[in-house]
Amino acid sequence: MMLIDSHAHMISRTTDDYEAMAAAGVVAVIEPAFWIGQPRTQVGTYIDYLSAIVGFERFRAGQFGIRHYCTIGLNSKEANNEELAEGVMEILPRFALKEGVVAIGEIGYDDQTELEDKYFRLQIELAKELELPVMIHTPHRDKKRGTTRSMDVCEEHGIDPSMVIVDHNNEETVQEVLDRGYWAAFSIYPSTKMGSARMVELLKTYGPERIIVDSACDWGISEPLGVAKTALLAAQEGIDKEAIRLICYQNALDAYGQSGQMKEEDWLNPDPIDQRTVYEGNSILRGQREPVVEDPKDKKNLSNLIIE
Amino acid sequence: MTVNASQLIEKWISRQLPDAAMRWFQQQLESINDDLPSRSFDIAFGMIPRKLGKADLRLEDQDFADAAGLVAGWDPSRWSVDVAARILLLIKVSTVTNVAFATRFKEIHQTADVSELLALYYGLPLYHDPEALVEQAALGLRTNIRAEFEAIAHNNPFPAAHFEQNPWNNMVLKALFIGAMLEPVQGLDGRANPELARILSDYAHERWAADRAVSPELWRCIGPFAEGDLLDDFERVIESGNGTEKKAAALALKTAPESKRKDTLMAQLSMFNDDIENGQLTWSSIADEMFENALAVTQKLNTEVELTR
Repeated sequence: MMLIDSHAHMISRTTDDYEAMAAAGVVAVIEPAFWIGQPRTQVGTYIDYLSAIVGFERFRAGQFGIRHYCTIGLNSKEANNEELAEGVMEILPRFALKEGVVAIGEIGYDDQTELEDKYFRLQIELAKELELPVMIHTPHRDKKRGTTRSMDVCEEHGIDPSMVIVDHNNEETVQEVLDRGYWAAFSIYPSTKMGSARMVELLKTYGPERIIVDSACDWGISEPLGVAKTALLAAQEGIDKEAIRLICYQNALDAYGQSGQMKEEDWLNPDPIDQRTVYEGNSILRGQREPVVEDPKDKKNLSNLIIE
Repeated sequence: MTVNASQLIEKWISRQLPDAAMRWFQQQLESINDDLPSRSFDIAFGMIPRKLGKADLRLEDQDFADAAGLVAGWDPSRWSVDVAARILLLIKVSTVTNVAFATRFKEIHQTADVSELLALYYGLPLYHDPEALVEQAALGLRTNIRAEFEAIAHNNPFPAAHFEQNPWNNMVLKALFIGAMLEPVQGLDGRANPELARILSDYAHERWAADRAVSPELWRCIGPFAEGDLLDDFERVIESGNGTEKKAAALALKTAPESKRKDTLMAQLSMFNDDIENGQLTWSSIADEMFENALAVTQKLNTEVELTR
């Protein structure tokens, strides 16, 4: 089964993860611009970060047969550094139109401060101007109220809920998000966000419509196989195949595909120039280079001591 | 010169694009003036693939002849429509900009995505004042993105025309190191030098020490300086190389300075003489053979993977 991980900070992940994801059926990932674990203090590092996620990371993923997309935005944590935030807002339009940018995101609230609110609104306006979807990061603390407030602000700015993906949902937020017409994404992230077993229970209650499963894997203890494991667990629990396809593939494609930057043909039948440059795929088109095919599991233990 | 190159590119694009897309593009082209940097340029440059698509540029033999006739070595064979359109915008900028184009180039490069990088570098032979871009081109070669490296190193007359020896040698060595082909590098024979031959011989010895294969193309750059202990390398290839490597050694030895040992080694490769004489065995045929070998390996592995599924 083809899978899309629509929230994965691959810049923090290893090649082992890419191999494991590819082997598990992940054909595409979306890398939201976010915090890198410690605050950036100047626009220059932000520029280089955004360059990396539209450039090198896209190329790196392609080497494993995975198509890489990203979202561009000023995250809520760093929105609180006003000097940095002003500088970042100035350069965002230069990145938002790059190839493979599928949304403005992840944006929203962290501590729900005034500055966070200001830059959230400015970025919703940018998304409207550039006709891009919005990926919303809902806060970890005071989540329920923060989620409601995020949607209120979207509606105040007149952006259509079908253009907005509300991420990091849980049992407490999902009903309202679906009722108000938004895409509801769930991050299968150990300990803090959502677990795979809870996710399967949610599916039994809410069905697959407008629900998206992602991993949100990053620099913390997280699970790049979150989507694949949830798909398998759901199948074991008797969820029908079509529902699994919707939540682990098609819904993400439909939601982020509204950018015009993400199509199934990108991985099934890519443009020749992409095959020559950024996307090697898994086929014989890899051509000139010696291909590497190995079992990613072999790397995770000490049974094979030969490194060639 | 660049005016004609622009007209040529515009002709190629326009016969392939729908009218509406071409009109949009011409408006962008006309709106470029010396008031740069500007948001309108950034947006136009960024929007090109969305508005014009990314199909390969459809070129006839005559188009390649026109290109090479205008600018020696200009080879648009890997260009797509978006790449061509972006280069056209960049050429325009290089002629009208009020700041040095090298500065603009650097700014655009700083925030470029991969396809924009390709356009920047494919266009190198066509911009006004190419000498000012040498440093940018050398910087580009330090990339980790193979396609970016190849945009400069392959099918591009810029490096041979403008690089000093050191960046040239680094480019050739890096090509081998990352598994990029040498055949599409322009000016390879003309820029051969003894320093490079020595570097490549050392590189071959490192590869052998690690029990790794050495690209048959490497011998092309060593051949013209193959004397003394460099001939030991050829002896090793004759003794233990595969078929493609031996053919490459035969071709390379033809260019070596005259010596008795050269003759002895060449005698051991005499089975390739006819093919070399009648043009069957060339560096281009070596490249084709390497490609077919790699393809065979890949197909075999893909089949194995299929079988285990």
